[in-house]
Amino acid sequence: MVQKYSDLNPSALDALQELGNIGIGNAIRSLASMSGRLIDMDIPTINIIPFQEAPTLVGGAETIKAGILLKVQGEISGMFLCLLDNDVTKILLEELLQKAPASIDALDEMSLSALGEVGNILCCSYINALSNMLDFTISISVPSVSVDMAGALLSIPIIEFADHGDELMFIEHRFHFDQIALISHILFLPEIHSLNALLHCLGISHA
Amino acid sequence: MHEVHIVGIAEAKVAMHQEVLVSYALGSCVGVCLYDAKLCMAGMVHILLPYQRDSHAQENEYKFADSGIRQLIQLMLSFGAKQNRLTAKIAGGADMLQVNPYLPAIGTRNVCAVKEILSDYHIPIIAEDTGNNYGRSIWFYAETGQLQIKSVHHRTEFI
Repeated sequence: MVQKYSDLNPSALDALQELGNIGIGNAIRSLASMSGRLIDMDIPTINIIPFQEAPTLVGGAETIKAGILLKVQGEISGMFLCLLDNDVTKILLEELLQKAPASIDALDEMSLSALGEVGNILCCSYINALSNMLDFTISISVPSVSVDMAGALLSIPIIEFADHGDELMFIEHRFHFDQIALISHILFLPEIHSLNALLHCLGISHA
Repeated sequence: MHEVHIVGIAEAKVAMHQEVLVSYALGSCVGVCLYDAKLCMAGMVHILLPYQRDSHAQENEYKFADSGIRQLIQLMLSFGAKQNRLTAKIAGGADMLQVNPYLPAIGTRNVCAVKEILSDYHIPIIAEDTGNNYGRSIWFYAETGQLQIKSVHHRTEFI
C-alpha cells in the first residue's frame, strides 16, 4: 500500500502514464469530432508536487482560464479538471454555438453550459476508456464551470487533497489545436487509495 | 517603494512599515490579515481548511484556520505586537466549482471557522470581502493596514 504519491515506484508511474494515454486518446478523439479541428496531444506527464507549486505548473496563479471540474467516484475516485486557455475556449464556443463570445470574462449561461458539456464529454470518454479496460464501475458528477484565475480554480482540488496530505498528483495532458500552439491542460487527480486498487488490478507492485 | 512578500498557500508572514504582504488567487482559501496599528505590523496567513483536528494530514499547521491563526498570533506577539491591539480583515472563501450541491461548500466552511476562531481570541473583524463565487488576489499594506482586493470580474477595491 502506498501512503504518499511520492512513494510510487517507476513501474507504477509508467502504468499510470499509459492509463492516462489511453484515457486522453479517447477524450481527444471526442473533442476533435465535436470541434471539427485537428488536435494533437503530448505524451502525458505524471506530476507529483507540493500543492504550493501547482499554480505555476499551469501557467501562473493569476492567469485567467476556463475551469471545468468533475468529481469521479467509484472504484477510482478523484477529480478531473480541464483548464482551457482563452483562445481554446473561444475556438470551442465558436464551433459549438456558431458565434464567438464577446468576452471570455463575461460568458453567458449558454456558453457556460456549452463549456460544461465539453468537460462532460472529455471526462466521460477518458473515464470510459479506463473503466472498460479495468472493468471498474466509476460514476461522474455533473460539471461545474468557472472562468477565473487559475490559482483560484485549482484551490478546489488543492483543498480536497490537502485534507489527506501535502502533495498533489496529477496526470497532465497538454493538447494543441490545428498545429498552433494553443496549449490547454486536462488534469486527472486520482485519490491515493484508489491508486492502490488500480495498481493492484493491473498486477503491478507499486512500492 | 514597497517591499512585497508573497504569502503562499498554507504559509504565514509578518511585515512592518513599508512592506506589503500578497496572496495570489485565493479561491475557497481564506486570507486572514491581522494588524497592530500602533506598530504598523501586518500579519497574513493563507488557510485552506477549517480545523486541524478534522484532517487526515495535520503536519502543516498553517493549512488550517484554527492552528494557522494561532501560529500567526504567536508570530506577531514574538515581534512585539499586543493581542488586545490586533484587528482583522479577511478575504476569500469563495464557493466556486462546486461539484457536490448537498454539502456545505468549503469556502463557506472556511469563513465560518475563521470568524469563530477570531472571536475566541477577541480579535474584531473590521472589514471582509468573502464568499460569492470568484477568486481574489490580496495586498495587505503594513503602513496603513489597508487591504487591496483584485478580482477578474470586479473592480479593485480597498477595505
